[in-house]
Amino acid sequence: MSQNILIVAEHDGRTLSVATAKCVACAATVPDAALTIVVCAADTAALAQQAAALTGVGTVLTVEHPVHAHPLAAAIAPQIAALAGPYTHVFGPSSTFGKDLMPRIAALLKTVQVSDIMAIESATRFRRPIYAGNAILTVEVLDGAKVVGTVRTASFQPAAGGGSARIEAATPVIEPPSHTRFVSVSAARSDRPDLQTAARVVSGGRALGSAENFQLLYGLADTLGAAVGASRAAVDAGYAPNELQVGQTGKIIAPELYIAIGISGAIQHLTGIKDARTIVAINKDPDAPIFEVADFGLVGDLFEIVPQLQKLLG
Amino acid sequence: MKRILVGIKRVVDYNVRIRIKPDGSGVLTDGVKMSVNPFDEIALEEALRIKERGAAEEVVVVTVGPADCQPQLRTCLAMGADRALHVQTDTALEPLATAGVLRSLIEREQPFLVLLGKQAIDDDNGQTGQMLAALWDRPQATFASKIELAEGKARVTREVDAGLETLEVDLPAVVTVDLRLNEPRYVKLPDIMKAKKKPLETLTLESLGVTPRAQLKTLRHEPPTQRSKGVRVNDAAELLAALKHKGLL
Repeated sequence: MSQNILIVAEHDGRTLSVATAKCVACAATVPDAALTIVVCAADTAALAQQAAALTGVGTVLTVEHPVHAHPLAAAIAPQIAALAGPYTHVFGPSSTFGKDLMPRIAALLKTVQVSDIMAIESATRFRRPIYAGNAILTVEVLDGAKVVGTVRTASFQPAAGGGSARIEAATPVIEPPSHTRFVSVSAARSDRPDLQTAARVVSGGRALGSAENFQLLYGLADTLGAAVGASRAAVDAGYAPNELQVGQTGKIIAPELYIAIGISGAIQHLTGIKDARTIVAINKDPDAPIFEVADFGLVGDLFEIVPQLQKLLG
Repeated sequence: MKRILVGIKRVVDYNVRIRIKPDGSGVLTDGVKMSVNPFDEIALEEALRIKERGAAEEVVVVTVGPADCQPQLRTCLAMGADRALHVQTDTALEPLATAGVLRSLIEREQPFLVLLGKQAIDDDNGQTGQMLAALWDRPQATFASKIELAEGKARVTREVDAGLETLEVDLPAVVTVDLRLNEPRYVKLPDIMKAKKKPLETLTLESLGVTPRAQLKTLRHEPPTQRSKGVRVNDAAELLAALKHKGLL
């Protein structure tokens, strides 16, 4: 039986996120599947062009409505549910956008959700991590139920560009609910690479000791052209903002190079980095669990080592 | 009565390193320490603080699960919940079914706010709160790190990938909580004694009119692929040389 997969685009109003290209790559591994991307936005023109360029996508549906200027699950979910009829699967990224939205869609469709899909074995069989990645579950969706899924983006390479999908406007069929209103989003804009897509990440833990000391990492990251990450302990202590948190409850990332500085390596942190190609650990404690997963371990005082690295690289 | 409903789940304790059964059918739980899901504990703590500020009159805690969930409900009562509801079932419910149970309890309890953890640390699904909000046709605010209540409304700060987002939602609403919302209180011995006398009501799925339907079958559990342990380098220069050798710099 051929499969028909609807992918919910994630974007910031101007640019489609890399997570969407990764969802396409994941969906493309379902055998015999036609792929459609749906873009809900206040202005869909540029976003639809970007979506149509992703290889493997046959159709891009646009839903244009002022309420979609901000990603409100309560407004998007009924719209997607109304469009979902002909599709066997509805996928979105396992980002905070998708984690918020997709279960609401699944419940409106009275169907099952498979969270954090890391591999597809068949149209109904999926692999996903549980217990912070300490076990991998294989699940089978039963009785031809529609599959709503979030895609663990660190497990997939983004679909390439160069495609030319058909773009169709879908009529907004749903009167958006007024009970949920967007107020604001903190605009922590930075010129540094994005943590979720950066090839290199420099990450700091509690051992940094203060927000001022955390600046040391920014210097090293800038020298390396790297993004900056943080452990939960460092975020809890106020050394770094929440959007830098890497781990089970933060971001799951897969950079080429991950440098963990003053991070002991709780399992909740390790689950966020296990797909990194190379892990470097710098820590004072030779018994820190981070050394169990590090490709290169350096035992020592970060306040000496980081400036040395900086000097050698500069 | 201004009431907050808090959903909790009994899970393998945060500090336990789980082991997979040799036949791959599940995770070993015999003799393993079980606790209230840490995110749910934060949800309960928030409900208690709202009540202590005078913005709620009663905090009701609910769980869905087998008979051995009751110690976790007692822990919640010791923390300060007024009543506990135990929807007893030996079938492990999928999130949609759990949301259905909560939806049905909402009819009974009429809360103005439902608080849940953003995910359970065992199955890491992160679905129940959003599904409940959909079934209830009410607002949701997920991953909350701050909740401010005003007349008929809540202003919720959410931890999202971009940073912090603030939503305003009409009440009643479902809010799922993140780690930095608060730090749950420790339970004191006299509170444990007092909790034994607090009401804990046991309900069945039938009495709530919920017939769970399994849409998902678990085929196997496997350990994740392990990263092999690497090498120790002696200093910064050796580290950079190794990274250069690997083509990473």
